[in-house]
Amino acid sequence: MNSKAWRNDAYAKVTGKTKYTDDVKFPFMLHAVPVYSDFVHAKIINIDISEAEKSEGVVKVITAKDVPGVNRWGQIIKDFRIFAEDKIYYNGDVVAVVVAETKELALKASALIKVNAEVLPPVLDPEEAIKPDSLIIHESHGTNIINHHKVRKGNVEEGFKTSDVIIEKVFQTQFVEHAYMEPESAVCNPRADGVIEIYAGMQHPFSTRRFTSALLGVPLAEIEVLGVSVGGGFGGKDDTIAIVCSRTALAAKLTGRPVKMSYTREWSIRESYKRHPYKVFYKMGLSKDGIIKAVDTKIIADGGAYCSVTPWVTWRSTVQCCGPYVVENVNCNTYGVYTNNIVTGAMRGFGSPQMNFVIESMVEIAAEKLGIPSIEFRRKNMVRQGSTTITGQKLDNHKVAMEEVLDVMLKESDYFEKFKKCKSNISEDEVYGIGLAMSYRGMSLGAEGSDFCAAIINVQADGSILLETGIHENGQGSESAMCLILARELGVNLERIRYKRPSTSNIPDSGTTVASRGTVMGGGATVNAVKELKKKIFEFASSKFNCTPEEIEIKKDKVFSKNKSLSFEEVIKEMYDERIYPFAFGVFKAPKVTWDEETGQGIAYFSFTYGCQIVELTVSKKTGKVKLLKAFAAHDAGKVANESMTLGQFYGGMAMGTGYALHEELKIKEGKIRSLNFNSYRIPRATDMPEMKAVLVQNPDPNSPSGAKGIGEPTNELMAPAIANAIYNATGERFYKLPMKINVKKVIEVLQ
Amino acid sequence: MKLMINNKSYTVPDSFKEKRLTEYLRDELDLTGAKNACEMNACGACAVLLNNEVIKICHVLVKDAEGKKITTIEGMAKPDGTLHPLQQAFVDAGAIQCGFCTPGMVLTAHALLLKNSKPTREQIRKALQGNLCRCTGYQQIIDAVEMASEHYRKN
Repeated sequence: MNSKAWRNDAYAKVTGKTKYTDDVKFPFMLHAVPVYSDFVHAKIINIDISEAEKSEGVVKVITAKDVPGVNRWGQIIKDFRIFAEDKIYYNGDVVAVVVAETKELALKASALIKVNAEVLPPVLDPEEAIKPDSLIIHESHGTNIINHHKVRKGNVEEGFKTSDVIIEKVFQTQFVEHAYMEPESAVCNPRADGVIEIYAGMQHPFSTRRFTSALLGVPLAEIEVLGVSVGGGFGGKDDTIAIVCSRTALAAKLTGRPVKMSYTREWSIRESYKRHPYKVFYKMGLSKDGIIKAVDTKIIADGGAYCSVTPWVTWRSTVQCCGPYVVENVNCNTYGVYTNNIVTGAMRGFGSPQMNFVIESMVEIAAEKLGIPSIEFRRKNMVRQGSTTITGQKLDNHKVAMEEVLDVMLKESDYFEKFKKCKSNISEDEVYGIGLAMSYRGMSLGAEGSDFCAAIINVQADGSILLETGIHENGQGSESAMCLILARELGVNLERIRYKRPSTSNIPDSGTTVASRGTVMGGGATVNAVKELKKKIFEFASSKFNCTPEEIEIKKDKVFSKNKSLSFEEVIKEMYDERIYPFAFGVFKAPKVTWDEETGQGIAYFSFTYGCQIVELTVSKKTGKVKLLKAFAAHDAGKVANESMTLGQFYGGMAMGTGYALHEELKIKEGKIRSLNFNSYRIPRATDMPEMKAVLVQNPDPNSPSGAKGIGEPTNELMAPAIANAIYNATGERFYKLPMKINVKKVIEVLQ
Repeated sequence: MKLMINNKSYTVPDSFKEKRLTEYLRDELDLTGAKNACEMNACGACAVLLNNEVIKICHVLVKDAEGKKITTIEGMAKPDGTLHPLQQAFVDAGAIQCGFCTPGMVLTAHALLLKNSKPTREQIRKALQGNLCRCTGYQQIIDAVEMASEHYRKN
């Protein structure tokens, strides 16, 4: 056990005092519910709300006809129908919202809404959707291909020609639900000054404001999104909650009363976007001495009914399509494809968990085929200091810690000794296996987006400090990390700092709390704001101490020069007395990145982080049950701001990765989701997880003002391949599809 | 009809008798520590103690709780706000992330420790298997329960 953990919100959370959105109440508040149709793909003829409107307690039934602004919106392609209008594009499309005095009455009325529509054939297979003769889902888009990303490096034909061995495999992954414990909920309050206040747990308040301002047809300044505690996000509280908020805001605007719309789990799973299922065709050419000569890969991602952030997710898959390995000749074609399936979008890992499953399986297949130990094979090909990535980026502006994390893991797990035990019986019917996987990951958004963040430090007249950044607390502990970084950088005690929940009406648009960018970007902005604040304080104190600003320091709540010292409070009070605000605004703009969409070359990310995970497990020859015995993880987290919360990211990421590997899969039949709650969608329980050992490797990143690297996602992207490799080493059965379901007969056959 | 909640007696309005206990606690008493997350007995976010037994109350009717001693997360700390040692252990072990599952987790762990003040980590896992958490991977939650068990042994 490490030293005691610290979180600014721990007391409120452990006493049940924390208010999440569904806990928020306003006087005279109305309740809204969404209404779905039975269709998967259909042309709408009419939506009959006449009976529902007459139902008891109903104040308003809203359909697309009531939208004063723009009904079609999205972060990349504006194709989301906030209210269904022309067609039903998937089974989670909302045809109407019923607003009533109570949720019960709203539900009663919602059952009275009838949708008349002409059924269209659903397009459910992305490989079919991609064919030129397929039915086009979004006619205005002209094709079902949302995006096509490429990497063109070297000469792939030459690479294969000079290869001694060529391996070709096809991999498939599944739809995965985020399963944040808190379902979507929004409370909107129409203020007397005309502003609509939005209270909702989310990751991207600035995007939510854009969705809402578009739908309502009002300026951004007339929408204020306020922070509420978030019951988990994992990438899933971006587009869908933005849409839920915009509908609720419209309900508040049209009725003039506060409105709450709290989703049931079933609505949440039915409507909210998921992790993309991938089909990956992977061809690898190798020299007999173990060098990867060429990679040719085609990646097809099911984007579902709307674009969401599919082009961004699949871009990361493209950039990282060869994992942490140097490959001279690469040809990669990645397609995001429209179907009538559930929408897919951002989820922890963001296009990497799928690809790492492929790559780290391929690496082991290749090593075995060449008769080279897989660790040695990895060492021959992995990125090192000064290596050039497949997109032509030289890794020379940070410490390339690939081998470091690998070595840490091998030692920590005693890998080589344990590897000898593979396939041996642990009990009468259980065989043992150990498996490893590693990755590198581009930090923050990279060339997929505009990457900057703001922080405001507002020191009060008594010396207490308010810190606000554009980063949102999702549960990961970002507020605490920012407070700790501020205390460390300014030289003051943590007790005097309060985190002010960001409001979109106060702090400039800082993007979204995704891409493991919270601590990197928010921490960076905080560090830069501290610099601004110090300038003011130093200048002031130097006039008092009769010295230069350079001679002033702040440590342990004391402002001092060589021979004079005042308490932090005294200096602040004097600044106020002389009408100098100890107020600072800091911005961190991510270093420049570049990208050429045609060649797939460029400085894709301003830095990278490196990780390695190892799993020990047993497989039952009787039941096929996979039991994890122990899991290890080492990641370069850069300079760590909050150790226990960083470890929390490791453990949580590994658990989510375990579910991805072994049992999570959304059951879908003819475009309709069948696993709509936790009885049929099974996320890992305490009994599914082994003891985990996390090792923090800390190489402060020179490109990140606080030295931190992003860690939330790397921890999630390695469990599936580590488990796949462990299962292979235990049983000899290689999986090409997630989740991995052991075929007992096959295992016994292979072992014999 | 009366209910005994966190050692305090409440007179329940007739309109709530046939409703779910979560609704009464959340909507009438503003005791919002018990959460709605699955509303089908599958996740434990609404778990409270009835006579020190963990019960997921999303399907318990108010009238069925009559005569039982109800403990919610709001009743765990001392009236002066001092945390119960188990709550303190959750804080110290870093067992809290989004916090949505935390009330149910704390109460479930409390019920376990009242019965078994020296559980193995495996027994803790078993006791918590009905409570889902998507953030923590359970590791630090189990650390917290183990840490707190000493207090139960002493008392």
